[in-house]
Amino acid sequence: MCSLEKRGNLFILILTGQNGEHRLNPNLFSSIISALSRAKAQPTRGSALVTVSHGKFFCNGFDLDWVNAAGSDEETQQRFNLLLDYLKQLVLAFISLPMPTIAAVNGHAAAGGIVLALCHDYVLMRRHRSVLYMIDLDLGIKIPEPFMALFRAKISGSARRDLLLRGLKIKGEEALKMGIVEAVYDGEEEVTNAGIKMADDLAKRNWHGEVYAEIRKGLYSELCDILGIASIPIATPKL
Amino acid sequence: MCTLEKRGNLFILTLTGEDQHRFNPDLISSLLDLLSQVKAQATSGSVLITLAQGKFFSYGFDLDWAQAAGSERGAAKRLQDMADLFKPVIATLLSLPMPTIAAITGHAVAAGFTLALSHDYLIMRKDRGILWMPEVDIAVTLPDYINALFKEKIGDASVRRDLFLRGLKMKGDEAEKRGVVKAAYDGEAEVREASVCLAELREKEVAR
Repeated sequence: MCSLEKRGNLFILILTGQNGEHRLNPNLFSSIISALSRAKAQPTRGSALVTVSHGKFFCNGFDLDWVNAAGSDEETQQRFNLLLDYLKQLVLAFISLPMPTIAAVNGHAAAGGIVLALCHDYVLMRRHRSVLYMIDLDLGIKIPEPFMALFRAKISGSARRDLLLRGLKIKGEEALKMGIVEAVYDGEEEVTNAGIKMADDLAKRNWHGEVYAEIRKGLYSELCDILGIASIPIATPKL
Repeated sequence: MCTLEKRGNLFILTLTGEDQHRFNPDLISSLLDLLSQVKAQATSGSVLITLAQGKFFSYGFDLDWAQAAGSERGAAKRLQDMADLFKPVIATLLSLPMPTIAAITGHAVAAGFTLALSHDYLIMRKDRGILWMPEVDIAVTLPDYINALFKEKIGDASVRRDLFLRGLKMKGDEAEKRGVVKAAYDGEAEVREASVCLAELREKEVAR
């Protein structure tokens, strides 16, 4: 499902498992959220977290097989709603994480997988063999708040329209130009290493984790309002 | 601390002295006073340019003054008080009945950057000076109105993230390229000249 590795001050969240598409179902969601709690519980000054995965996919969205395996239409809807709830919890957990976060997108990401990537402060991506695809439009699935708020918070201008309203399959260079990702790299190893290096550089800034999280919440205040969380003002400078 | 000059239709507000022009209750009070004078004398075709002397536009809140409170709690209270006192400065600038231009010839940091950003147009030096929000480095959060100002004025989400979550020290070149300032020029005189030119352009547009 996922594992959390600690390397010095770095937390490395790895999407593992036979499920090559790393599709989000209750098990994987719980696993990630639990890993984030463990990271949060440790002293966080000068920490950083990088999320990596292996294989052709970063995360291909919700486990629709699991959703559709339900016994009835009603239960199918319930399962889908459950995944939406979990995704919301995931966004909450990332927004409140008291350290900088980086997603190293080694492969394809779709729908909920893009939300997962965008939960991070920084997104790095593979130049080739990696595509971002908001498949929701093509599947006829509405995107509810707070995920729309996340898109509004993280992506500006026509890039957001193009991501959500055109059903585009966005490759690395394009994602870079659109401002969705910070940088692109050739190869899975390169993007993973770049993610770890960036995490290391940010960790060295030795930021106070709690304050970092509160500044982040202030930065994404509309999203936080919709999630129902408030940012706490901290006025005592640690000079 | 600060002075106000009138040159035809141009109001020139100057943060005087070679110091860091840090905001404390006195400077804030003077600024509010001068801005209300500007407002009172405003006519069609008026324009405001805000300048600063020396190496700094403004380095933000006067942390020395805050710490002179004697305790951590006292310092935090003074900082909170200054954030509250500073809010009307931003509000007044945003409601000023004329175009406003910040001629940034030195470092604009924290509340100093905020002051600059409250103007309609920012002109900056390319060769010297940075825009910087150091709050993440000194571990304090930003007042809600400052978050809101930056969100309104800087459309690019990555730029806001870089400023707030990375404590990026942005030079003129980058500020111009990423849309934080209107234009950047080499040299103090060039920035001032460009500001006056822009002011005259705006003045003529309104006077039409």
